[in-house]
Amino acid sequence: MAWDVLVIGGGNAALCAAITAREAGATVLLLEAAPRDWRGGNSMHTRNLRCMHDAPQDVLTGAYPEEEFWQDLRKVTAGRTDEQLARIAIRGSATVRGWMRHHGVHFQPSLSGTLHLGRTNAFFMGGGKALVNAYYRSAQRLGVAVRYDAPVQRLELHDGRFRAAWLDSGERIPACSAVVASGGFESDREWLRQAWGRNERGEWPADRFLIRGTRFNRGVLLKDLLAQGADRIGDETQAHMVAIDARAPLYDGGICTRVDAVSLGIMVNQDGQRFHDEGEDFWPKRYAVWGRLVAQQPGQTGYCLIDAQALGRFMPPVFEGVRADRIEDLAAALGLPVVATLSTVDAFNAACRPGHFDHAVLDDCATAGLAPPKSHWARPLVTPPFTGYALRPGVTFTYLGVRVDAQARVLFGGTPSPNLCAAGEVMAGNVLGQGYTAGVGMTIGTVFGRLAGAQAALAARTATATSSLATTP
Amino acid sequence: MTAPAAQHDGRHDAVPGVIARLGALAAEAEVDRQLRICNACRYCEGYCAVFPALMQRLTYTPADVHYLANLCHNCGACLHACQYASPHEFAVNLPQAMAVVRQRTYTAYAWPAPLGRLVRRHGMVVSLVLVVSMLLVLALAAAGGGPLWRVTGAGAFYEVLPHGMLVGLFAPAFGFAVLALGLGVRRFWRDQGEATAPARAWKRATRRALTLRHLGGGHGEGCPNDDDAYTPWRRVAHHLTFYGFALCFASTVAGTVMHYVVALPAPYGLVSVPKLLGLPGGAMLLVGSLAQLALYQRRDPRLKDPQQAGMDRALMALLAGIAATGLALPALHGHPALPLTLCAHLALVLTLFVTMPYGKLAHGVYRMAALLKRAAERNRPGPAVDGGG
Repeated sequence: MAWDVLVIGGGNAALCAAITAREAGATVLLLEAAPRDWRGGNSMHTRNLRCMHDAPQDVLTGAYPEEEFWQDLRKVTAGRTDEQLARIAIRGSATVRGWMRHHGVHFQPSLSGTLHLGRTNAFFMGGGKALVNAYYRSAQRLGVAVRYDAPVQRLELHDGRFRAAWLDSGERIPACSAVVASGGFESDREWLRQAWGRNERGEWPADRFLIRGTRFNRGVLLKDLLAQGADRIGDETQAHMVAIDARAPLYDGGICTRVDAVSLGIMVNQDGQRFHDEGEDFWPKRYAVWGRLVAQQPGQTGYCLIDAQALGRFMPPVFEGVRADRIEDLAAALGLPVVATLSTVDAFNAACRPGHFDHAVLDDCATAGLAPPKSHWARPLVTPPFTGYALRPGVTFTYLGVRVDAQARVLFGGTPSPNLCAAGEVMAGNVLGQGYTAGVGMTIGTVFGRLAGAQAALAARTATATSSLATTP
Repeated sequence: MTAPAAQHDGRHDAVPGVIARLGALAAEAEVDRQLRICNACRYCEGYCAVFPALMQRLTYTPADVHYLANLCHNCGACLHACQYASPHEFAVNLPQAMAVVRQRTYTAYAWPAPLGRLVRRHGMVVSLVLVVSMLLVLALAAAGGGPLWRVTGAGAFYEVLPHGMLVGLFAPAFGFAVLALGLGVRRFWRDQGEATAPARAWKRATRRALTLRHLGGGHGEGCPNDDDAYTPWRRVAHHLTFYGFALCFASTVAGTVMHYVVALPAPYGLVSVPKLLGLPGGAMLLVGSLAQLALYQRRDPRLKDPQQAGMDRALMALLAGIAATGLALPALHGHPALPLTLCAHLALVLTLFVTMPYGKLAHGVYRMAALLKRAAERNRPGPAVDGGG
């Protein structure tokens, strides 16, 4: 038997698993489906880790105790979370950064434009790709073998016990134990299409989705595991979804395609109608709901409209907005129905109550008698030039996954596999049934990646001990 | 899908002096395109001063681009960290795009302007000037009467070339280099629309220049060279070169002072101020410039502008040559090779002075100007923005 531990995947969770298993003395092979230039999965688009801490720590301000973290998670997931696993991730986040530093990850105070996250999130200097680079360097220095361009097609399982992985090339790679950290299925367009189905307008909404994340997460192993009887967690339509610029690339648009102007203006659909409260809560707490909201609109497109008062108050989007001096001209330029859009803006403007605008607090600028309302930061759109952005749903990662236990072992009919673990997005649905809060994906990936690596190394040792016992005369 | 295009706005209409004469601004437009992506992403803001400076703006005029390009130390950390680097269709490679613009600034702001075009053929210019300098020095030495292969006496150097002749040759060459660089950087500063920088900005910028803080990667571990690993060696090699050169320069100044003020002409013993400064200085300069050359050869090609290979290598080769011949001189006392070695040393130094304003060495003054501008502008208000998680 060549390898103790086989790690399938090449992002944060996979690397944490591979390094931890190697540190525990196992021989480790990591299979990354992507070529070297695209390695790292969605991790290269990340930048922060949500961390529990009871007192200020280097780059983290204040305190973020376990209970608050848990309540935040419970709130964003509306209770669709496994408390035991969630608390494992939360507690793990409190102590993991020393290990990360040891493997070359540098932290920095929260990035500009994200100061509100300085208490809850530690930011990686250079972002997730720098973190991935550091982990690959450290893994290879420790002796983890890495193969790029090595997509795994299926796993050879026997009663929930891992035997080997079969590559697309037909190669069979046996190992004592394995960690699957191969991500969700967001880049399998057909799967997304079927999952979202056809809406009452006869549209296939997922056909209009953009993928913010990696083009390599096609859910091949997720599908294989579920077909082989691994317990399923989560809903196929649940995902980290943000409304992003409609001009973004089909894959790997990453952070810079987002438009953070929504709470400063209004959002209309292609009929020129508003459809949700743009000022419900602080934008960082709301940015992740708009992907789904836009997905439910006709044409899966939303149009964010702002006036000159908003300019310079939000993170500059990578694509320049469409600009006009009159709402009518802006609507026409964006392809919106002019009359309907104008009347929506007029109604909104008339409903804005006077108040003291302050984007830093939940201010008293609200609409009155308008449905849906705008609860905060509602200021009439009256100052030209007006700017508009067409937005479409941008999927970062899907939440459908395999169920795991507290040691990250994959469950088959409620029984944990003796030697197959899962980490990262392929099991994030255990903790994240829906919704999102910044940095929690990396928390789950890091903590469960390390748990999975430790467990896989242990399983490999047990297997080796058993087999040597078996062969002892 | 379309990659974000370079965009222009009203600020581009009022272009300052030198930029107005630059003609096509394709290199600046490319940097502008990339900076807008950077400004929407900002993951690299901890690496160096370029990112906070770019975040202070929403659009980038050609003058802004010239400033930011010279603020960039080409450390390369941002390329390795970039989720939008090739093969991504956004094809962001800020270090290389900045390098291309930097060379344009050396060309555009050069004084006198027509000589700016020498920057692009710097490697060849250096070779030509070196040959001419060598011929000139040899001719002057030969005109002195003595054969060029001979054992010289106690006054060694001045037997080969009289002191007055050396001063007559090098003082104007050095003076010209200082004048040309000074006038060039003044034009640059004017195009930036900057007033005189306050003293504390000078202090901050000088500290950053002397410590090469921005080759530290933001965390102090250094910068990438061959691959994505951080290495302190580029910073160390540059420090050796710079401080070695400074010691050599100080040695020359000390010698001048001793000659004129104390009336103690060369040669000096091993335990003399010029030697105590010059010997370690020469050794540092030799090791530093050779190390820089070696690191340059091994550097990830994506970080380099291939158009500038000649310019980049010429400077390091010149400095290594100056250091090697300079160190050889005391060792050759009483050896017939001394006069020729001295001629070579002098020709190399002369070449360095003459070509200095039109090549890689110009980076020193433009980078210092950019650091100064950064120090001066850092507390000016920028757009107050807020983003998602």
